[in-house]
Amino acid sequence: MPVPQKPGTVRSKQGSNTHSLLKAPAVKGAKVSSKKKDDEDGTETGDGDEWTQGKTLVKPPDQLDLTEEELKEEFTRILTASNPHAPQNIVRYSFKERCYKPVSSVDQLAVHFVLEGNLLHKDSDEARRQRARQGFAEEKTATETENVAENEDKPETPADGVEDAGDAEDGAGEERPDSVDVQVGKKEHKITNQFNFSERASQTFNNPQRDRSCQTEPPPRATFSDTVNQWVIYDAYVEELQKQEKSKEKQKTPKKEEDKGKKKKTVWVESQSDDITKVAKVAKIIERMVTQNTFDDIAQDFKYFEDASDEFRELEGTLLPLWKFHYDKAKHLSVTALCWNQKYKDLFAVGLGSYEFTKQGRGMLLFYSLKNSTYPEYIFHTNSGVMCLDIHKELSYLVVVGFYDGSVAVYNLKEDRPQPVYKSTAKSGKHTDPVWQVKWQNDDIDKNHNFFSVSSDGRVVSWTLVKNELLFTDIIKLSVEGAVSEGQEDMKIPDIAGGTSFDFHKEIDYLFLVGTEEGKIHKCSKSYSSQFLETYTAHSLSVDAVKWNHFHPKVFISCSSDWTVKIWDHTITSPMFTFDLNTAVSDVAWSPYSSTVFAAVTIDGKVHVFDLSINKYEAICQQAVVSKKTKLTHIEFNPVYPIIIVGDDRGYVTSLKLSPNLRTKPKEKKGQELPKGPEVEIAKLEKLLSLLRDTESPVQK
Amino acid sequence: MAEVEETLKRIQAHKGVIGTIVVNAEGIPIRTTLDNSTTVQYAGLLHQLAMKARSTVRDIDPQNDLTFLRVRSKKHEIMVAPDKEYLLIVIQNPSE
Repeated sequence: MPVPQKPGTVRSKQGSNTHSLLKAPAVKGAKVSSKKKDDEDGTETGDGDEWTQGKTLVKPPDQLDLTEEELKEEFTRILTASNPHAPQNIVRYSFKERCYKPVSSVDQLAVHFVLEGNLLHKDSDEARRQRARQGFAEEKTATETENVAENEDKPETPADGVEDAGDAEDGAGEERPDSVDVQVGKKEHKITNQFNFSERASQTFNNPQRDRSCQTEPPPRATFSDTVNQWVIYDAYVEELQKQEKSKEKQKTPKKEEDKGKKKKTVWVESQSDDITKVAKVAKIIERMVTQNTFDDIAQDFKYFEDASDEFRELEGTLLPLWKFHYDKAKHLSVTALCWNQKYKDLFAVGLGSYEFTKQGRGMLLFYSLKNSTYPEYIFHTNSGVMCLDIHKELSYLVVVGFYDGSVAVYNLKEDRPQPVYKSTAKSGKHTDPVWQVKWQNDDIDKNHNFFSVSSDGRVVSWTLVKNELLFTDIIKLSVEGAVSEGQEDMKIPDIAGGTSFDFHKEIDYLFLVGTEEGKIHKCSKSYSSQFLETYTAHSLSVDAVKWNHFHPKVFISCSSDWTVKIWDHTITSPMFTFDLNTAVSDVAWSPYSSTVFAAVTIDGKVHVFDLSINKYEAICQQAVVSKKTKLTHIEFNPVYPIIIVGDDRGYVTSLKLSPNLRTKPKEKKGQELPKGPEVEIAKLEKLLSLLRDTESPVQK
Repeated sequence: MAEVEETLKRIQAHKGVIGTIVVNAEGIPIRTTLDNSTTVQYAGLLHQLAMKARSTVRDIDPQNDLTFLRVRSKKHEIMVAPDKEYLLIVIQNPSE
């Protein structure tokens, strides 16, 4: 038996088939037979066959070495066609017998391997379909399939295969010259020979996968919550609007950006400098409130107190002292000027200096508010004593000041700096003597602000504020005889009449009065510098004040150190009224609420209040408001409140409330509405004056 | 700058003034003349009160704003002046 020749093979086959005991015998039989055939072929072809060469035996290392006898020993094996895995005890329920019966015939078939063949018969439907799919290469495919069909038999007869190959080559050879198209088609659709090809695949080295990840720093989170009110939204909108406007402006004026940048810088620097500066405003408010609390009684008096005793006194009135204004650093200076602010009725300016020739030195300009009597709102230090001042009626931040050294200066309260914005110098026509009065005028044709000044050097000068210059024009020069033209002045030194005070007519723009050291009052016009319109021989000593009545266009008042106060009609050279106050009168003022009321201060510390409609001969109130040694220097009525302020030579300013009798209006008659307004006031004074004119004799006390 | 300092000094020197506190927007006192604990208490409470008061005023009319708040008590008067960023508180004994 040839089997022992290739025991390994058999064994291995057996090994592989050990589990398929059922099928094994048949397979084995076939194999064995085929081997036998192989061997026979091999012997026939002389072992040179490629086919067998590939199948050299490889003995597994653990193969048993058997002796010849052992090999020859025969084993009888009975192979039963029973599947060891098949269940032996299957039962089925038999409905006939109504019990489970074991099934006797168990299926012993075990399928170990199934391979469906992929060969097709060329005439089969499938083959035809494939051919149709391949379209133009049908013919070729047909030959291929033919080949395939031939190849089917190949394994069994290799010799035939060689022949077939030749045939195939021949076929190809035949076809080649046929058409290029076919060839191209061949090349493109090269169909692999299903049995004689090797599929070669290579896999490139797989890069090991690597996960790389990194985590960024998580964005900072914050819980945000806010309550939004209506006004918060409003603010946001306003801010947005401002931003938009700003950006618009920027677009419009790129040039200005630089300036803006600069400004911003400075602002930034300022804000950086000190935080506490931001409370400046509120600190001011608080200071006022603290003061108000402390001087609560005065504030109450100011607002509500009315002297009840007035009712019994009938005609006389009293003055109730309210706040006293004093600044420590102004101790040795005397009040030389007072002026209410016309816009902010609680604010007034105080000029401090000295009237005494030997005590001249520095001066001061203070602004007090009734709301804070303890400390001035503004403080300006000056090198020379302030002699006079005036606050502009409309532009209440502009203040003109006349100094003892003859210069005039304009301060701007809006600008936070201690120096004046304008100041006259020796070059620009400053006075050579103290400036006794300054007064703002209406803006000129070019809308420049301008003011007048009068000095004891005899000049009345008009000053105009042009950009950053102060231009001067001499209006008139005073002399004892009359106005002196400039030409004359050069020839000889005339007797200069020093002006001490002046006032401008409320209605007639060019008309003004000048009081002189000689006691004369000149009525002048701005347009005639050569002569006076009128000269009144008013006083025997220098005229301290001359003032037009607030209501009556013809009436003015003057006072002098010769103890008298005189009231004039400017059309008549003699005084209408003369009042002797028994001591030097330093200032007089018309009341703003009545044409017949005026007040004067004397150097013995008394305030005299007159109401001509009540008493033509005597003051209806004569009250000492400071100690006798203190000289009162100035007096001013508040434009709206019933109070007056008086300044003295110690630097104090006292505010006084006028009792009801000092500000009486004509008594109301029942059922008759009283006419009000300036006309009434004019009529009131006119009535008095007409009485006097009729008698043609001035009333003298 | 010095002017503000002067003003604050004057206020503190004023008759009856017990203390002055400057509080910033967060309610933290940055300047005071009182002792620590009192300052903190006043600052915290009055800041809240002032903010509430301001909110009230502004809620009624957004164009309006609170300028001053005074609280009169039996013993004192507390005056609060709110600014954009700061709050100035002054405690005064007005009867003194």
